[in-house]
Amino acid sequence: MREQFDIVVVGAGPAGIAAAVTAAEAGLRVAVVDDNSAPGGQIWRSGAHLPRAAQHWIARLQRSSVVPLHGRRVFDAPEPNLLCAEPSAFLSALNGSSLGANYDCAELRFTKLILATGARERFLPFPGWTLPNVMGAGALDALVRGGLPIARKRVVVAGTGPLLLAVAAHLARRGARIAAVCEQASFTQIVRFAARLLFEPQKLAQGAGYALAVRSARLRTGCWPVAAHGAGRLRAVTLRQGNNLWDIDCDYLACGFHLVPNIELPALLGCSPAGGFVAVNELLETSVPGIYCAGEPTGIGGVELALLEGEIAACAASGQTARAQNLARRRCRKIPFVRALERACALDPQLRSLPVDDTLVCRCEDVTYAALRARSNWREAKLHTRCGMGPCQGRICGAAAEFLFGWNADSVRPPVFPALVSSLASAGARDESLAAASSHNSKENR
Amino acid sequence: MSSTADVVVLGAGIVGAACARECAARGLKTLVVDSGFVGCGATAAGMGHIVVMDDSSAQLALTRYAQQLWLALSPELPPEVEFEPCGTLWVADDAEEMEEVRRKHALYASAGIGSEILDAHALAEAEPQLRRPLAGALLVPSDAVLYPPAAAAFLMRAAMQAGALLLAPQKVLSAEKGCVRLASGEELHAARIVNACGAESVALLPELPIRKRKGHLVITDRYPGFIRRQLVELGYLRSAHAVAADSVAFNVQPRRTGQVLIGSSREFGAEDATIHRALLGAMVARAQQYLPRLADLHAIRVWTGFRAATPDKLPLIGPWPKDDSLFLATGHEGLGITTSLATAKLLVALLLGEDPPIPAEPYLPARFLSGSAQEDGVFAHAPEQSHA
Amino acid sequence: MPETVRPLVLSVNGAPIAVQPGTTVAAAVLMAGAATRISIAGEPRAPLCGMGICFECRVTIDGVPHQRSCQILCRSGMQIDTGSSKAGEDYASWRRA
Repeated sequence: MREQFDIVVVGAGPAGIAAAVTAAEAGLRVAVVDDNSAPGGQIWRSGAHLPRAAQHWIARLQRSSVVPLHGRRVFDAPEPNLLCAEPSAFLSALNGSSLGANYDCAELRFTKLILATGARERFLPFPGWTLPNVMGAGALDALVRGGLPIARKRVVVAGTGPLLLAVAAHLARRGARIAAVCEQASFTQIVRFAARLLFEPQKLAQGAGYALAVRSARLRTGCWPVAAHGAGRLRAVTLRQGNNLWDIDCDYLACGFHLVPNIELPALLGCSPAGGFVAVNELLETSVPGIYCAGEPTGIGGVELALLEGEIAACAASGQTARAQNLARRRCRKIPFVRALERACALDPQLRSLPVDDTLVCRCEDVTYAALRARSNWREAKLHTRCGMGPCQGRICGAAAEFLFGWNADSVRPPVFPALVSSLASAGARDESLAAASSHNSKENR
Repeated sequence: MSSTADVVVLGAGIVGAACARECAARGLKTLVVDSGFVGCGATAAGMGHIVVMDDSSAQLALTRYAQQLWLALSPELPPEVEFEPCGTLWVADDAEEMEEVRRKHALYASAGIGSEILDAHALAEAEPQLRRPLAGALLVPSDAVLYPPAAAAFLMRAAMQAGALLLAPQKVLSAEKGCVRLASGEELHAARIVNACGAESVALLPELPIRKRKGHLVITDRYPGFIRRQLVELGYLRSAHAVAADSVAFNVQPRRTGQVLIGSSREFGAEDATIHRALLGAMVARAQQYLPRLADLHAIRVWTGFRAATPDKLPLIGPWPKDDSLFLATGHEGLGITTSLATAKLLVALLLGEDPPIPAEPYLPARFLSGSAQEDGVFAHAPEQSHA
Repeated sequence: MPETVRPLVLSVNGAPIAVQPGTTVAAAVLMAGAATRISIAGEPRAPLCGMGICFECRVTIDGVPHQRSCQILCRSGMQIDTGSSKAGEDYASWRRA
């Protein structure tokens, strides 16, 4: 597949959906590409209990002229105004024959690009975190939406960020027994943040709803898991709050330490970073002209802000500058919330002492904390311990190592996700663009 | 501030580490300086093969000697070095290349290197994933692969256990006449300075006949058993006529991890490490021609590196005639991992005025100072055999 | 959940399992009580991120290894082999020419 679009949107979460719909409604030819099989992203993952806003936006997307490219993962941007995306799964239709016959690496050419790549959970290593049934808070939520029965299961929800309560509430509605909700932030941090929420009545109501749904399990602040126990599967967790340590039996530990923006593709495209996020101007254009960024990669702000940013980016990219500027003023008023959330979720330095010597930090390559501690930077750690050398490309251990050791990840190279060898062949087989291919991306690829 | 030593080795790649280990083992007070960390340059970028190559008789002598040293050392190598005596299959596409298989077989036999000719059927048995039909192959069972950064770290640890000192990260400003000046302001004084900086050697000695030759590599997720041996195409006759242009060749390795390492490409004149998509694409397409189902494997990482290429494809080992204190251990192009141990033995013999274990003349840097400057011409026309 | 929908039947490590349409392969594997993969040091692993980032959910589906089970929906007749089964380890399916 080779197609040209006025605007390509990467990511079909709230920001991407809003961007695609807004641009398409302005009469442009728009595609939205996402590696999941349906729109919604992580926060609006299909399943029951989707909020009304989600139903509204997804319906609007489906009514629009947007070309949906679901189940496709962008792995390279081999030259300006071009993305390569391969199917994100290969299945039984192929009857065991070589995949080559049915294989289709899409070349998506665009005039403008909107990156709405979302965020992932931050995971911090602690003894036992590699046991089956220890997973992210969003992860357990996604698995339950994907059919995992949770009724009557005992769940400890832990980590930091607003996701914890939302997940606990959803699981409780599905019949889970929420054994504890542990927020690493201090009581003071939470109170400050709650006070800030008085200016966000919608969020306050939402939060109150969550609290009500999980009222059986008091929210503990300044509390986190220090170990998970079990043989081959989680059986119990040890929680710590101040000087108190205690064990809770549970079936699942849903533990995520807020969110890390997915900025690998923006980095590959040469978009300058700003404090771990993608640098954008007030109309959400990145440092690369014609490439915009919306949603969590510009700052973790939640669904409402992501929708707004998607609209702003689409208006700016489609030349509706006045409308974009109007919306941008609304965005400005929401920025203090982003900052407040960042402060509320700031990690307690004590979390750095969670891993012990034999705790694995890199789960792909089974690299221990002790092996990493002896190294002085990320690249040295990679080359001499294999940390970050597995298929997750350092997305999980890199964020942990940044917190534990203060190491910065090195430059991003293609493929930004593992891709079929044949996709690399296909992405390189564009003779007309040799010159562009060799000069492109020189900035971020040292 | 200043320190003195018997030898200062510049560069803690696998060649520098091997030299330091040899110097320290011989009782020389040895300092090693690197601008990064152990094995962070071409050592980290290379494929890590321990192979005999016969581009020239000098290359064969050096690689054969080096391989014997590695085989002798292999029982001491820790697991993270991932030493895998998988052997190499030189794959012949047609009758013409089978002629080359027989020539190689005879040559190796005369050099005392065991090898075995596989016909089309035996090759298909040996590597079921290879395309059929192919004409056959030459199996060189003594070839091996390893993980170079870990090998360099092992050699450097051995050097340090024997008393060598590593100064890193430290940038070197100059190295001449028995004095190494560091960016930190420190001066290191030694009767002997060994430049083992690979493609970066020229930064300290611009007149060295070394050019950067960029390469690309791809590594897959773990597919244990997909291939069993290192596989290299015998595309000698074709590629010999296309040396000036960028080129690719089929060279893949089974790693101890179950991963498949895919090479290789060669490119002159590229100074930055950017992935060249078209060359990368051509490289993996070439590999897919030999291993069709390679297409379906997940590539998890692509990277580039710079080989230190000399005009005659032989390294520079020994004294630099223009400075009594200066020795070279560089210019290994794609054979630095293989020849590191042999380089160290030769270098130390030359350093101490002893008889070298194999004749050193073909590798002496002086060879580029004796004749008239034919270097560029040699670069442009030298035939090449493979993409090590 | 409405029970009017016909369940899908697939196999996890050779054992049949029935799931509702819309169930992800990852959920099916967990329901079957299996780990998705065995780590290189030999530990059983199960999904961590639930969104195709961490690669802990990799399984072999119909002979194709390293598929991210969190992002794939179950279909009838699917054969899922996890790292805890022999098929996932010895890579037999790839040996078929």
